[in-house]
Amino acid sequence: MASDPIRLLSPSGELIESEANAAWLPVVAELSEAQLMDFHRQMAVIRRFDVEAGNLQRQGQLALWIPSLGQEAAQVGSGIAARPQDHVFPAYREHAVARIRGVDPMRIIELLRGLDHGGWDPKAHGNFHLYTLVIGSQTLHATGYAMGIAFDGPGGDPERDEAVLVYFGDGATSQGDVSESLVFAASYQTPQVFFLQNNHWAISVPVSTQSRTPLYRRALGFGIPSIQIDGNDVLAAYAVTRTALDEARGGKGPRFVEALTYRMGAHTSSDDPSKYRDEAELEHWIAHDPIVRFEAFLRARGASDAFFAEVHEEAEELAADVRRRTVALVPPPVTKIFDHVYTDPHPDIEEQRAWLLAYEASFGGQA
Amino acid sequence: MTPENQAGGLGTSASPAIDLRDPASGGPEDGSSPRGVQTLTMARALNEGLRAALGADDRVLLMGEDIGTLGGVFRVTEGLKAEFGDRRVLDTPLAESGLVGTAIGLAMRGFRPVVEIQFDGFVYPAFDQITSQLAKQTYRHAGSQAFPVVIRIPYGGHIGAVEHHQESPEAYFAHTPGLRVVSPATPHDAYWMIQEAIAGNDPVVFLEPKSRYWPKGEVDLDRAGAGLHESRIVRRGADVTLIGHGAMVATLLDAAELAEQEGTSAEVVDLRSLSPIDYGPILDSVRRTGRAVVVQEAPQRVSVGSEIAATIAERAFYSLQSPVLRVSGYDTPFPPAKLEGVYLPDADRILEAVDRALAY
Ligand SMILES: Cc1ncc(C[n+]2csc(CCOP(=O)(O)OP(=O)(O)O)c2C)c(N)n1
Ligand SMILES: [Mg+2]
Repeated sequence: MASDPIRLLSPSGELIESEANAAWLPVVAELSEAQLMDFHRQMAVIRRFDVEAGNLQRQGQLALWIPSLGQEAAQVGSGIAARPQDHVFPAYREHAVARIRGVDPMRIIELLRGLDHGGWDPKAHGNFHLYTLVIGSQTLHATGYAMGIAFDGPGGDPERDEAVLVYFGDGATSQGDVSESLVFAASYQTPQVFFLQNNHWAISVPVSTQSRTPLYRRALGFGIPSIQIDGNDVLAAYAVTRTALDEARGGKGPRFVEALTYRMGAHTSSDDPSKYRDEAELEHWIAHDPIVRFEAFLRARGASDAFFAEVHEEAEELAADVRRRTVALVPPPVTKIFDHVYTDPHPDIEEQRAWLLAYEASFGGQA
Repeated sequence: MTPENQAGGLGTSASPAIDLRDPASGGPEDGSSPRGVQTLTMARALNEGLRAALGADDRVLLMGEDIGTLGGVFRVTEGLKAEFGDRRVLDTPLAESGLVGTAIGLAMRGFRPVVEIQFDGFVYPAFDQITSQLAKQTYRHAGSQAFPVVIRIPYGGHIGAVEHHQESPEAYFAHTPGLRVVSPATPHDAYWMIQEAIAGNDPVVFLEPKSRYWPKGEVDLDRAGAGLHESRIVRRGADVTLIGHGAMVATLLDAAELAEQEGTSAEVVDLRSLSPIDYGPILDSVRRTGRAVVVQEAPQRVSVGSEIAATIAERAFYSLQSPVLRVSGYDTPFPPAKLEGVYLPDADRILEAVDRALAY
């Protein structure tokens, strides 16, 4: 019934130059060797960051960690596919995309240390919007943003026209917000790509509880062209998302991409997957590791040991730097809780801030 | 409910209208052997209470995200799916509006759904289904149909968690006619109140103070001691009445202890129920102490604490020696975890209010 997911790289890393891939291979062919190597760099570095952050959490430096292990290809391929002018709306696991868009990984560390709720300005951070923990709600924000782009008028220049890329999970597809966003996107023919990372689990609940049909087919019912890809194939993630975004920005309306991938780690540092899933399933996906696959591809094209060593070095440096900067983080000032509750002044806030300052001072200034 | 018809004081009131004891294992009142007192965490007490409710009535269903195989992210429903099956304990799709909306339909069909919302901040996708649908169904049906749906929500701070995981949303629900709202502060109350909430015939928002899931306490498996909607004086004192619910009750008891060392005798009232609020013990206490401080984690503006302060002022005005004071979370979104200690009322902030009350 369902066709095979788009896969450009075989699990052992060979380019699949088939008829079915005819539409996507040229997109890959345009990539320079340096760009291809950057795919690996991004995946390997973020995986090392992820490990470091997990360690920091275990050592009490972070309140929580949300691993992205196993989803690097889906994230890096789609993240690199977005053009600089595009707007990206993440869920909460898209660390690789954040970094690609220019968000310092420390911002994610600070968020999960409990220092802020995100707080970066998307305009100053590659149009990468804030993480959203309320499942699915960002899909509506993304669609509204894309409606705004449409209302501001077509440009007709793919190098400058904006599009929106929104990330969400298999669990999120059950939320009303996600269905409503598909309705609005179809209604207003928004320049937008829905990027579903189907990592097979929503905490302990398998995707089969959320849907009895392959999830990409849902979008078709809303009148949105949709495609399923091997999400552990970074080239497929890139080529399909790149094409979908360019179609969307070209006025063809929304597109939907379902990337089949796997959450190789726990849901978060608070989770214990052994309570609900088989070791064998994990083994299967370890054998389909996206970074191993792409490394094989690059090596077959002649990438040198020196290159991989250099990436390794860069990853180690980032990890060490993140550790250094994390342990040096200081608690925020107490009055931060009153900052930016409103944009315009509000008397309750001013009164409570003054009260807190006086109260803290009553302890002899050791606030 | 007028103060006059309310029983005051600790455990002096009539037993609950509905006897919830499992007839098979029974309590002393039905002649069988007592099950005694056990020391349990609140999470475990709730688990036992839910198990008893599932065992007592096969129309009781548990529904929620991750509550079956995983046993819930707080393990409150641990083992219940294995014991009762996946048609009694449902690992549902990820949709809160869907959860509550389908619970309403199940109730129409004669089931007694108990819905778990995974965290306080995730109840809002279900806001329409709770406040506009569930709360009004009995009224709309002119009583031809009851809607015995319980919505369990782990709530409140003190666990250092990220955004949306530490909120206290009780005011929205206590404000909504048609909903009952309760919050146990101890494992004992959790065990009994969850069973009473499920056995009752109205929608109940059941707020579980998640920071109190793990401390242990004694649970008397034979006697509830107080009805679902009764407030209780949990510490006697003469100078000031401290009033709160959920996790704040433990903080109030700490504050009362510290006050004692400074020569102030504080009485503590555990509200237990936020809709209805049982004013009997509250007014009884305030009439004796002449001072009241109402404490809550939730923001202050238009809150449960505000409601209680207004009611005390209306009904016990001539007994008051100072204005009723409130100690609350600030009127801001729940802050980042590193600032929760500043945001949440602690013993120091409560004592500061006590000092202000005493200074009048
Ligand atoms: C509205 C809402 N309900 C519940 C939760 C709790 N929760 C956090 S993540 C999660 C599962 C999400 O699964 P999915 O969308 O597949 O994303 P993944 O975590 O797999 O990346 C749940 C239930 C939440 N964050 N928001
Ligand atoms: Mg998932």
